[in-house]
Amino acid sequence: MSELVPTAAEAKQELLEIYPKKVRRKRETQIITNDPEAPPVIGANSRTIPGIITQRGCAYAGCKGVVLGPTRDILQITHGPIGCGYYSWLTRRNQTVPDELGPENYMMYSFSTDMQESEIIFGGEKKLKQAIEEAYEIFKPRVIAICSTCPVGLIGDDVHAVAREMKEKLGINVFGFSCEGYKGVSQSAGHHIANNQFFKHVVGQSERTVEGKFKINMLGEYNIGGDSFVIEDLFKRCGFTLVATFSGNACYEDMASSQQADLNLVMCHRSINYMAQMMETKYGIPWMKVNFIGAESTAKALRKMANYFGDAELIDRTEAVIAEELAKITPVQAEVRRRCEGKLAMLFVGGSRAHHYQDLFTDMGMRVISAGYEFAHRDDYEGRQVIPTIKVDADSRNIEEIEVQRDLVAFRPRKTEEEKALLAEAGVLLGDYEGMMPQMAKNALVIDDINHYESEKMIELYKPDVFCAGIKEKYVVQKMGVPCKQLHNYDIGGPYAGFEGAANFYRDIDRLVNTRIWKMITPPWQEKNNGDFGPPLAARGPRHPAHLSRQPEDE
Amino acid sequence: MRKVAVYGKGGIGKSTTTQNTVAALAEMGRKVMVVGCDPKADSTRLLMGGLGQKTVLDTLRAEGEDVELDDVLRPGYGSTMCTESGGPEPGVGCAGRGIITSINLLEQLGAYDQDKNLDYVFYDVLGDVVCGGFAMPMREGKAQEIYIVCSGEMMAMYAANNICKGIVKFAEAGGVRLGGLICNSRKVDNEREMIEEFARRLGTEMIHFLPRDNDVQRAEIKRKTVIEWNSGAPQADEYRALARKIDANSLFVIPKPMELDELELLLVEYGLLGEEVAEEMAEEMAAA
Repeated sequence: MSELVPTAAEAKQELLEIYPKKVRRKRETQIITNDPEAPPVIGANSRTIPGIITQRGCAYAGCKGVVLGPTRDILQITHGPIGCGYYSWLTRRNQTVPDELGPENYMMYSFSTDMQESEIIFGGEKKLKQAIEEAYEIFKPRVIAICSTCPVGLIGDDVHAVAREMKEKLGINVFGFSCEGYKGVSQSAGHHIANNQFFKHVVGQSERTVEGKFKINMLGEYNIGGDSFVIEDLFKRCGFTLVATFSGNACYEDMASSQQADLNLVMCHRSINYMAQMMETKYGIPWMKVNFIGAESTAKALRKMANYFGDAELIDRTEAVIAEELAKITPVQAEVRRRCEGKLAMLFVGGSRAHHYQDLFTDMGMRVISAGYEFAHRDDYEGRQVIPTIKVDADSRNIEEIEVQRDLVAFRPRKTEEEKALLAEAGVLLGDYEGMMPQMAKNALVIDDINHYESEKMIELYKPDVFCAGIKEKYVVQKMGVPCKQLHNYDIGGPYAGFEGAANFYRDIDRLVNTRIWKMITPPWQEKNNGDFGPPLAARGPRHPAHLSRQPEDE
Repeated sequence: MRKVAVYGKGGIGKSTTTQNTVAALAEMGRKVMVVGCDPKADSTRLLMGGLGQKTVLDTLRAEGEDVELDDVLRPGYGSTMCTESGGPEPGVGCAGRGIITSINLLEQLGAYDQDKNLDYVFYDVLGDVVCGGFAMPMREGKAQEIYIVCSGEMMAMYAANNICKGIVKFAEAGGVRLGGLICNSRKVDNEREMIEEFARRLGTEMIHFLPRDNDVQRAEIKRKTVIEWNSGAPQADEYRALARKIDANSLFVIPKPMELDELELLLVEYGLLGEEVAEEMAEEMAAA
């Protein structure tokens, strides 16, 4: 692979140059030249410096928007002024299909207490109770969840007391989340809060017996653009029984009986690893990290799952599914590779996505020259082995850490220590995640909590062929003439998971990086008659005839 | 119109002092409005002859947007005008936000308008400057002069010092100034000298020393100011003296809050322990 100009070390200097001393000292620890053999320590999960335009979201976004949002039959009431509820309404493009276990779907509604000045002054508990009763009257849901916004914490409304009272009164499950936006340093705090409450108030609540062989849960998959549908189909064809997904295309009943699964799959490690660990402690369910983004990774994940159960028929069926899917996808991959090989990508998104999507770019022969997470912790970069060395700061201490005990009745170890050791030898690691850095190229630049200034600088320095981020970055990037792919909500695309999703992604990225539209956009201030913007656009006729008449190299 | 706010440690006697002083100003022919900024709504009890005035926030909640000034502003002793901001029950909601809403509403309703011919508006503010809401009278020029009620007790002086920090913060933006300390005596040793010195260090003056007198409590039980209850009582003359001094006051300063060490030394020096112990302590501190 050719050397990049500038080198990672030079680029890092360029990024840091503008900062005052104290800021520079902090950002220095968060911008790291990668070494996959021995991942260096990276600064992560610490406060964004005020004044910096960050990509990050708030705890409410992490709880309501990410983890809780995709559940269709938990009626979610945002307790707060209307903005939080409104702007977290379906914006993540989570999809869902009601079924017999969960026939209700409330996702198309936005429920909010619409707090007014009067509730801020006198307290909003009364209005919250009214809202719960009204929602119950109209929809008769089996579960209601309350999400707290900043003012709720400031004025001290006790949403949990209201939940208990309403649970008693209505005879349905009602519980609350203290996910006030200001908590923690990013949305990561909200994920943890969501995990805790799901574990306390949902998991194990159902009396139902789940039938079927090879029972699994899928944790940290949120069915954006229909990803869960693709993965569910693969599971079915291979012979796995999916008990519950947390929380894409999920219903309450699924999640309430999820303690019956024999394996937890962890997709988004950052947002859901708490749940995997708590379920292992309480019920004895082991977990494994999987990645269904990318054809190679999907095949690898399915094989690991089949090997975990060790059933010959399951392994055969899984191999057959993989073979069938690879046969379909290989030609697509070869086709796009011709046009995309060697092109440069940057990914700054999420707490897992910046890792997972690298596999898709690798499938296409593209080169990821820089990547980073918005809200991940060190273990998501360097691997879980660093967890004991992570300094727990005051911000993390503010987030509740719940004490989980082994359930004397329901605890059942699924694998003995010997079996686990044998699996590890065969490459099936349980309870582990190696992180992003060991899979990234040497000398790629890893940037945690990248900001707008650094994003623009990176684009100037490397002119990548595609920049992956979210809505807050998208148009700034595109105004610089570089396509931006949103990896939070996939723009209008997806599904991108599994083999079928990979093919979608190849095609979408191929179109993005090979379209000539970016070369045709010359903003008026860069035109020759600088200062005089000339006639209106429509009157100018075709511009840049050279571009238009040029034969594309690859068509 | 002079806009005055009275702050001080909880229980120090802000409401009692404010109302008695307002009664004296009224006696002098001044037109005064009192705005109670305490959720308990007990800042106008002595002027109104009892509690029971419907608060601004209760009215706002009951009537919606359709609030008239007469609903919330009632005449009290000696043609004073009285209003209570009100607020939530203890332990819920946000009283500070309530005060902000309440003062804004009074302004919109014209309580401060020219045609009201007010000479004074007095804000009687709950406790210490605990949050943004309670600092509201200081902000944006709602109050221009602050009087701090204190005594020779350490916590009262500590609170007064803290309030001065609040004043400094808003002095630059809002033009608020400290008008002086009012010593509401608790019969602490050397109290008058200590508060005079404390005031000097803060860059202000002790505008008046109110002796302790049980007539204040007797009048309170009758729901009256001392002036109304017994016009000839010696304590009534004390409040009249305070009212005259405020009326004639021209010393408005940005205070210089003291460091905690300094404040403690002052207490030691004037309090029970005397000058020698104070010098020893000062040496120890310097050594440390």
